[in-house]
Amino acid sequence: MTDSRAERIRALMTSRFAPQALELTDDSALHAGHAGARPGGETHYTLAMTSAAFAGLNRVARSRLVNEALAGEFQAGLHALALKLRAPGEG
Amino acid sequence: MSENPAFERIKAEIDSSPVVLFMKGTPVFPQCGFSARVVQILSHLGVPFKGVNVLEDYEIREGIKAYTNWPTIPQLYVNGEFVGGCDIVTEMFQDGELQQTLGEKGIIPAQA
Repeated sequence: MTDSRAERIRALMTSRFAPQALELTDDSALHAGHAGARPGGETHYTLAMTSAAFAGLNRVARSRLVNEALAGEFQAGLHALALKLRAPGEG
Repeated sequence: MSENPAFERIKAEIDSSPVVLFMKGTPVFPQCGFSARVVQILSHLGVPFKGVNVLEDYEIREGIKAYTNWPTIPQLYVNGEFVGGCDIVTEMFQDGELQQTLGEKGIIPAQA
């Protein structure tokens, strides 16, 4: 297990979806003091990813694939994950 | 089929209005930025909707995640169908897809 949630998310997404592009930002500091925030941060992220795995799937189905791959992280304190999921060739 | 005692109540909420938003806080006083954004979009479009405040009901708050297999709140339902959370609703609004869908279902005036 790597030491930060961001590294774990990147590693999981890379092995599961072989993305052409992956951008992960940690927004936790923006939510400090909010109910879902924790003292150590690592609660709120934005993930933008382009992968062939999303081709032909609607938005809900794409998000479900990612959320399911990250179920362990949601159980371990991940509170919010904003998703921008594209198939190759989409705007 | 529903082992979860909350599912029946959740289904009743979803069926209680054409547009139902499970959210943190109330439409007038949202208590989460993501819930607030969806309220703002629905209000901007003039969509009548029912807000269900999950902060007032732990059983529904946890149950709704399992019900739809979706780990986060807010969750928007139209005519009983799950549409998405904050990102999806925002993207659909920006693309005009939300307006079109709601227009087709007769919830707001049909879009030009």
